[in-house]
Order: sequence, then structure tokens, then C-alpha cells
Amino acid sequence: MAHYAPGENYLNSPPGLWSWLSTVDHKRIGIMYLWSILFFFLIGGLMALLVRIELLTPKQTIMTAEQYNQVFTLHGAIMVFLFIIPSVPAALGNFVLPLMLGAKDVAFPKVNLMSLYIYWTGALMAVGAIVLGGIDTGWTFYTPYSTSTGGAVSLMTLAAFVLGFSSILTGVNFIATIHKLRAPGMGWFQLPLFIWSMYATALIQIMATPVLAITLLLLFMERVFHIGIFDPKLGGDPVLFQHFFWFYSHPAVYIMIVPGFAIISEIIPTFSKKTIFGYKAIAFSSVAIAIVGFLVWGHHMFVSGQSTLAGAIFSFLTFLVAIPSAVKVFNWLATMYRGSIDLRAPMLYACSFLLLFSIGGLTGLYLGAMSVDVHLHDTYFIVAHFHYVMMGGTVIAFLGGLHYWWPKMFGRMYNERLAAIACALVFVGFNVTFFTQFVLGSRGMPRRYYNYLDQFQPLHAFSTYGSWILGAGLFLTAGYLLATFRKPMDAPANPWGGKTFEWETQSPPITHNFDFDPVLLHGPYDYRPAKPRENEPVAH
Amino acid sequence: MNWLHDFILPKQASTLSGNIDNLFWFITAINVVFFALIAILVIHFMRKYRRKSENEVTPHITHNQTLEIVWSVIPLFLVIIIFFWGFHGYVNAQVAPANSIEIQATGKKWVWQFEYPDGMRTLNAFHVPVNRPVRLVLSSEDVIHSFFVPSFRIKKDAVPGRYTEEWFTATEPGVYQVFCTEYCGKGHSDMLAKIYVDDEAAYQKWLLEGDEEIKTMPLPELGKLVYENKGCATCHSLDGTRGQGPTWKGTWGAMHTMTDGKQIKVDENYIRESILEPQNHIVQGYEPIMPTFKGLIRDREVLGVIEYIKGLK
Repeated sequence: MAHYAPGENYLNSPPGLWSWLSTVDHKRIGIMYLWSILFFFLIGGLMALLVRIELLTPKQTIMTAEQYNQVFTLHGAIMVFLFIIPSVPAALGNFVLPLMLGAKDVAFPKVNLMSLYIYWTGALMAVGAIVLGGIDTGWTFYTPYSTSTGGAVSLMTLAAFVLGFSSILTGVNFIATIHKLRAPGMGWFQLPLFIWSMYATALIQIMATPVLAITLLLLFMERVFHIGIFDPKLGGDPVLFQHFFWFYSHPAVYIMIVPGFAIISEIIPTFSKKTIFGYKAIAFSSVAIAIVGFLVWGHHMFVSGQSTLAGAIFSFLTFLVAIPSAVKVFNWLATMYRGSIDLRAPMLYACSFLLLFSIGGLTGLYLGAMSVDVHLHDTYFIVAHFHYVMMGGTVIAFLGGLHYWWPKMFGRMYNERLAAIACALVFVGFNVTFFTQFVLGSRGMPRRYYNYLDQFQPLHAFSTYGSWILGAGLFLTAGYLLATFRKPMDAPANPWGGKTFEWETQSPPITHNFDFDPVLLHGPYDYRPAKPRENEPVAH
Repeated sequence: MNWLHDFILPKQASTLSGNIDNLFWFITAINVVFFALIAILVIHFMRKYRRKSENEVTPHITHNQTLEIVWSVIPLFLVIIIFFWGFHGYVNAQVAPANSIEIQATGKKWVWQFEYPDGMRTLNAFHVPVNRPVRLVLSSEDVIHSFFVPSFRIKKDAVPGRYTEEWFTATEPGVYQVFCTEYCGKGHSDMLAKIYVDDEAAYQKWLLEGDEEIKTMPLPELGKLVYENKGCATCHSLDGTRGQGPTWKGTWGAMHTMTDGKQIKVDENYIRESILEPQNHIVQGYEPIMPTFKGLIRDREVLGVIEYIKGLK
């Protein structure tokens, strides 16, 4: 086995920019993904702040209607395609998944690097589309608006098409890695639940993303060659586009939220110092969500004119998929019961997640109910609902994961007090911003509106003030996390008392992850006091 | 609790809204109970089980089958109730009663046009009688729009190349806001319309006389509105270009030769006759294709057209 000098780790050896750009180390690829998605989180977040400032008053506040339409489109497209979808799997997942399995790397390291370059290519194309005329279609690209409007829609479509491949390659890699590279002794039911969720996510990525690719390609051909698939003037069917689009984009909601579940299932046992409650229920519910999630896309289309029977089936299946999500929340709560709860930053985020995701899930009941959905569809109620799931769920879980693995990734501890303050600001700001929007929506305020009736102004203003609190919390987070780079590395190998493999190697890990051959000795959440073992393997 | 209803939901003004709102509040009750349960437990556990020493030992509880079955089956039972209730309300909103008044509603960037069975057209506003079912047949001339009336709890997309429908029976006279709720570009948020719900007498009066606006608007302006809304613009140009029918530019006072050789001067009587009995005289070189507007245009609107044409020199 190779010998490592003290202080040597994956960050500093080998040194040099080229060694990073040509690396096949999953950790370095994960870190490069991390900085890339954080950059786009910043851009998408600034656009969100601009949208909220514009909505402070009816009519023009700071921008024209055309600019507003571009800004909200780019906010959505950037957040979905460039930030949330790759956030947990490609950035955090790439870093921790092989470590958790006790592996040296993913199954196909070069494919992993290729996926990063494909992501960068897609990201550059998206930035190009913004510079070359922008897009104003909404992130949903509904036809025939998207086939008839000006701007760089074709380029943006191709960008999303390319980004899809990076997502597929990550999925393929994870599935192969989970099947083939588990440490000796690690059966399927000794996998950390993070891995189960990543497996479910990868399945959706592989099965659903090609449909998006086909749809976007058809849209591109419709715009460029006028082939007449979606445009009624050419004999096409615009609602067909919606079916295609949501056939991907509803499962994509699970590509976004299941990784959130993955992180929460790690944080809660670690900081409760207690084994997870209902391991198999959580594991199987992830897979169940992944499968049933494919059959509910029509619930986005209850007012589109689709057949009542089809709508009823979609509605019923939508309610069924709600159950496994509810079960997970109860399982996490039961894990906290009689635990030894340490309220550090990751756990504060996990508790925020439980509250916010519950609101996101419960408000889905209104939207699954067909008659009520008719009233709420395409209003701010929807905007509030999916922000509670996507931001209150996934992004809060991502922030929890970022704080959880930050010491492992960079070998540095952050300021706990500032982290707690930032988490509180994010929680309060988020609720002020988005809970208000439930009321706006149920009162009838439609979404994607530049101008609005005066009666909605007080609530809009309130929501905008919330966005400033939320923004302050996130900028504070960026501040104290970046400040950790000003001091020497101080993180121990296992700062939180975690039981999974990534905590058994140094922080930050060496290039080959472990300086011993990991063998599974206990379950991922086994907090029982260690019993003396016979044949104790040597761990060094 | 009325104040809460008024804060959260718009006024109920159709026969559909009651059932939908009841389901809304039923779901709200379930949500409040479940959220309170989760929030109380999270906060309670955070406080009660907060770590006091590093060496605390926790019980090894891996699962509890009874508990897990209970917390799966209870939500399942509740969502099935919600499903059937929502489905029932939705089906009711899909099928318009047979005796409905039918109004065509067509969206185009960024206006709503309405057409009554007798051919009368209005723009961005229309009148309906209270307590009578109204069926809206929706379509679009360009991109997808959506016709949303919050107080009636109805919404349906207007899709180019096909017809969709929605219906309502208004229960209270008043003015109700319509929003476009499918994003359609620059003017999306200004694509608004109003529904005037009248009692039966006021509705009949409106059918005969039209809006207050039509009664008081200066005649040339009214004529211009008719020109734009009733389809005159399809065939008659304002700039002298030849269309399906003669241009209106400079036509006032001119002599036209008809297909039967007669010479007729364009005056008030000729214009009125051309609108109401267009087949009586056809200008030479044109096809007899203009439909009659008898019953589709009010007297004051005819006067408006005459005054408007006078001004087109």
C-alpha cells in the first residue's frame, strides 16, 4: 500500500491546475461540480431577488415586462438544470458515494470526468443563450409559445439537451458503483440510506432523462425546420409537448427531492446518535417513489383539456405517491425519539427540512385533488408549493449536507454560532417569502405576472421583504464557509461521530480515500456501545 | 370563521364554488392536524432529547411494525377520501347543463374576444344573467392561454387548433375578474377580462342596448370599435388597398357602379342598407360575399360606422 506523507490529501496532491482539470478522482470532480453549481446558485438566486424586487409594486418597478419575463425564465432554468439537479448527486454524491461504499473511486472514473465536461459545455451554452438574446418561455418551454417567440430558445434547448447527458452519465456511474464496488461485508441492507436514495435517483435519471432529450430535440427541430409536431399551424399538437415535457419533468422532481431524502437520512441518525427507524421502509419507499413517480405526470395538466378519465388516474396515483413521502417523515421523527440530539448546523437544517418539506408535501394534497387544483393551478399557490418542496426540501437538505460534509471535503470547521444564525435567517426568510405566496395564490393571483391588481400589493411586498431576509441568510452562509479557508485545517476525521465509512478516513481524505482496506464491521447507523469482537481486523 | 375564508379565498359566486371550498377546508383541517403533530414532535424532541453528555447511550429501536402500518394506513385512508371528493367536484365542472347559454371565448395576444350565439361580439368583457348556466367554448388564435375566474373556481386552457370548454352558473350579480393563467408573453399579465353578472331584466336590456359605453361613446369612435370588433377589417381596408370588399378610404360621397349597372352615391342610407341588406347592391368587380349584420349590430353602432366612414378621407 502506498505511503502518504502527513498533510498530504486529495486537495494538494498532485498539485497544479492541470492535475485538477485532468483528474479522475471522484472527490476532485465532486468539488469542481460543487463550485460550478454554487456559482449558478448565486446567479439564479440573484435573479430571484430581482424578480421579487420587480414585484414590490404593480407595473414597472425596476425592469420592463420583456426583461421580467427573461429574468424569471432564467431563474427557473438555471435553478433546475444547472443547480438543483446536479447539486446533491453530482457534487455531494460524487464526493461521498464511493467513500461511503469503502471504494477508491466510482466504477467509471473517466466517464465521471466526461460528465463534468459535458455539464460545463451545457452550462456555457446556457450562458451563451442568455448573452445572445435571452429566453422568455419559462423553464417549461410550452409550445407553441416557445416555437414562435424570438430570442435564443434553440440554443437554450440544446443546452438543456446536453446537460441531460451529464445527468445520465452520473446515474450510470452510480448504479455500476453501487452494484460492484461495495466494501467486503456490505450487503444491500448494510448500505447507508444515502446510497439507496442515490440508487433510486440514478434509476430515474437513466430512464427519464432520454425522454427530455427527445422532447427538446423535437422542439429544436420544430423551431429550426418547422416539422409540425407541436405547432397547430403545421398540424401538430401543442398539448403533446406538455405530455412529453412532464413525462420527464415530473420524475425530475424526484431526481431533485430524493437526494434531499438521502442527506436527511444520514444527518438525523448521526446527530441523534441513534439507529435509523424503519431502515427498509425508507429504502423501499425511495424506490417506490422512483417508480410510481413515472405515472403521475398528468397532474400538471388537469386544466389542459386532457380526458377526465386520464386525469382521474393521474390524480389517484398522485395520492398514492404521497404515502411513501409521509412515511419517511414519520420515520425520521421516530429516529429522533429518545435520541441524543446534538443541535449542530446540519441537524438544524434537518429539523428545518422536516417542517418545510412537510408543508410542501401537505399542500400537495390540495393540488392532487382535481377540483381544488382547477382553482389553484398556475397561481402563486403552485409557486409556493414547489418552492417548499424544491427549496424548503432539496436546497435546505443540500445546505445541511454541505455543512455535514464540509469538514470532510475541505478539512475545516466553520463557525457554529454563525451557522445557527444563518440557518435561522434562512428559515424565517423562506417562510415569510413563500408562505405568503400560498395566500396570494388561493386568492387568485396568477403566476408569471409582471403586472398585478392593486389588491395583491401588500402580500407581494411582504413576500419581497422575506426574500431579503432569506438572501441575507444565504450570503452569511457563503461568508463564514469561505472564511474557513483563511485558517489552517482543523477538522478531525470524524467530527460528528458518524458511523459510515467516510468518517473513518482523514479529513480531507487522501487521494485513494483509505489507507487501509475497509471492511464492514457494523451497520451504517449502529450506535450500540461497541462489544469486544473476536478477530478484530486491523484498521491500519 | 368567515374572515378567514375571506382572507384565504375569493368570494364564492358560482354553483361550483361551495363544494370546492368545502374540500379546500377539509384538506386544510387535515393539514393543520398533521403539521401541528410533526412540528410539536420536532420541537419537543429537539428540547427533550438534546444531548447532555458525549457518552449518552440511546436505545436501539430499528422498527415497529404496528406503528408503521398505522401511520401508512391512516394517511392512505384520508387521501382516498380526498381523491374521490376532488374527482366528483371535477366531473361536475366538466359537464355543462344542456340548457346553457353558449359563449365562444377566444384568446389572442393579449385580448379575450367573446361571441354570443346570435353573432354579437364583445372584447375583454361580457354579460351573463344570474342563475343561468353559461358554457364557454374556448379556443386560441396564437399560443395557449387559460381562462381563470377566481370567484367561480373555474379555469381551463384555451388551446390553438382545438376547442375546450368550461361552465358556470353565477349565483350573485356583480363584476367578476378574469385572468389569463397560461404564460403568453409580454402582455400576459394585462390579458384581463371582466364578467358582468346581471339580473335577468338588466341582462335583456343589455342584449338590446349594449354597454353604457356604447350608449355614450362619440359616434366615430364607436364606428372604429365596430370596424375592429365585428370583422369589417377583414375585407375593408382603411388605406385604399383593395380587399375582399371596397376600401372605406374616401368612399364617402363617391359614386359606385353596381353589378347591375346602376350608379349609387355612398350616403347614410346606402351604408345602412349595405350593413343590413348587403346583397341588394354589389359594387362592380366584387363578389357578393358579405353576410348580413341584421340583428347583430345595434342602431347606434350603424350610426357610428356612418360617422366613422365620413371621417376617412
